[in-house]
Amino acid sequence: MELKEKLISSFMAFEEKVDVTAQLHDIRTSAIKNFENKGFPTKKEEAWKYTSLNSVLKNDFSVFPKRENAIEFKDVKQFFLHEIDTYKLVFVDGKFSSFLSSTTHEGIDVCLLSSVLTKPKYKMVLDTYFNQIASKDESLTTLNTAFAQEGAYINIPKSKVADKPIEIIHFSTGEESALMVQPRNLIIVGENAHVQIIERHQSLNSNPVLTNSVTEIFAQKRAIVDYYKIQNDEQTANLIDNTYISQKQESRVAVHTFSFGGNITRNNLNFYHFGERIDSTLKGITIIGDKQHVDHYTLVNHATPNCESHQNYKTILGGSSTGVFNGKIFVEKEAQKTDAFQQNNNILLSDKATINAKPQLEIFADDVKCSHGCTIGQLDERAMFYMQQRGIPQKEAKALLLYAFSNEVIESIKIPELKQRIMKIIATKLGVNLGFDL
Amino acid sequence: MLSIKNLHASVEDKEILKGINLEIKAGEVHAIMGPNGSGKSTLSAVIAGNENYEVTEGSVELEGEDLAELAPEERAHKGVFLSFQYPVEIPGVSVTNFMKTAINEHRKANGKEEMPANEMLKLIREKSELLEIDRKFLSRSLNEGFSGGEKKRNEIFQMAMLEPKIAILDETDSGLDIDALRIVANGVNKLKNDENAVLVITHYQRLLDYIVPDFVHVLMDGKIVKSGGKELALELEERGYDWIKSELN
Repeated sequence: MELKEKLISSFMAFEEKVDVTAQLHDIRTSAIKNFENKGFPTKKEEAWKYTSLNSVLKNDFSVFPKRENAIEFKDVKQFFLHEIDTYKLVFVDGKFSSFLSSTTHEGIDVCLLSSVLTKPKYKMVLDTYFNQIASKDESLTTLNTAFAQEGAYINIPKSKVADKPIEIIHFSTGEESALMVQPRNLIIVGENAHVQIIERHQSLNSNPVLTNSVTEIFAQKRAIVDYYKIQNDEQTANLIDNTYISQKQESRVAVHTFSFGGNITRNNLNFYHFGERIDSTLKGITIIGDKQHVDHYTLVNHATPNCESHQNYKTILGGSSTGVFNGKIFVEKEAQKTDAFQQNNNILLSDKATINAKPQLEIFADDVKCSHGCTIGQLDERAMFYMQQRGIPQKEAKALLLYAFSNEVIESIKIPELKQRIMKIIATKLGVNLGFDL
Repeated sequence: MLSIKNLHASVEDKEILKGINLEIKAGEVHAIMGPNGSGKSTLSAVIAGNENYEVTEGSVELEGEDLAELAPEERAHKGVFLSFQYPVEIPGVSVTNFMKTAINEHRKANGKEEMPANEMLKLIREKSELLEIDRKFLSRSLNEGFSGGEKKRNEIFQMAMLEPKIAILDETDSGLDIDALRIVANGVNKLKNDENAVLVITHYQRLLDYIVPDFVHVLMDGKIVKSGGKELALELEERGYDWIKSELN
């Protein structure tokens, strides 16, 4: 049975068993219908022109894990930001692991989406936020909506500051020969509230995994959200990450995406503005090799006046890897005085690596500042010779240049320990140890 | 110290150096002068091991060791230093971090431990004072947004840090005002001793008022066509290069 049919028939069986309100049931049912009509995206669609899921969909994925799988903290400690204290929401094969997690309801909510979906006390939250900004049209998002069951629920009320960063980690144990998981995260950051979140998907062995994740983030007036995505998974893991962000006036949301691992990774990152003087930041570093594939598909929808967006994506491709950057900036007629900036720099380290870069600016307002820059190049040979002449060997010289290339993005990481961790991962990827911070 | 024998080199099959012979002994300062396009910069690049140039004949030896098979960094570790005519900008890497990396790579290659941080700081302070370099300058990205004079001073600062056996100064005077020229020349003179040597490559005589050469060579069309003492530089300044050409014919 093909994965699509398997998902649809599983949905039928699953929907009978879950205890949800009629309203939620309707949301799910219309979502699965949309998926049934559209199916998995193919390269025929403009938005998926450079990314094919065919090879991934051939796997016989289990849609629900057959049993609960426990893992021990010591075996997975390396994947946490263990140098500092954090709140933790940990999921193993799609199921919440209370043992590995550290949740709270004191002042802020760091807990589970399953509670929101099933407990009456969260009815207001469910009605106001769930599936409100996520697409009701995009097939993979609706597939996730249909199966939405578990994930992070974070609610930082008005004027609260989360006292420590929150880590959301989804582990797959590989106990199933091939597993598909569909985490669903809901994050609400109230007026003047502030939160830092780190999200990671990690498989623990080399059995194929397909993660189709959806995250909805609501930033209220003057809220500040720093969101970091670490994608450094096994090369048999596939990730489709759909993130939808709703911003109210004067809110500031920054999403950093670090893509170092995985087989096929697709990041759909969507920002929607509802208010003036909003600031949106989208930054990313991609360093891949072998046959890895990373596709960044970004949208900033400027719908209101006096807002800013800043995009900066750095890509380093080796081996036969492929990178895609499709950055869409949409400036509606009402969005006067928009300041939208997009930068995308790519370095190809090998003749077999490919980059597809497509900046897309659609501007309907007449008084705006929009700029974009895209470069594709190789390592600067003159700089290499200069460094070698000073006694720095080729490998280290190369690493130094690539570090420097990525530095604009690294330096805007606001959690120092995370910055160290990212630099360490980059050093490992480049096979060097420089012994200092840039 | 540096011995160049019948050196021929080409770039993209075009022969630029056509049989250069040059002996530089420890303690000496040599100057190579010549018109544009005579091969001056090619010579410095070939000595430093730039792989864009192919050596087709002849050899370059440092203290009796043939450099032919050595990568640029290995030549650097053995004591070859090239002050670039156009130092490359490296955004994101500070002068200090670049120097730390370079120094420690030299030490590693010569079987030494990494330099302790306090010693490194002391060395950096001492050498930056020699070149009258402001402390703030050291935390800036290497060569990025530096003025012409700052770039050249930074080159000589690096030379001071690395203490090479043979320093090649490729058009170090270009883009320098008179104060910067004096600082750079003063730096070079202070670093000069009986155990190292300097090769100054220049178009103009000006720098040689400050860094006084023991020998001056004229490079034309890939060959050294005339050698003499420091007075040859003055003569070239006064008479240009044409008289040498006619002398040759």
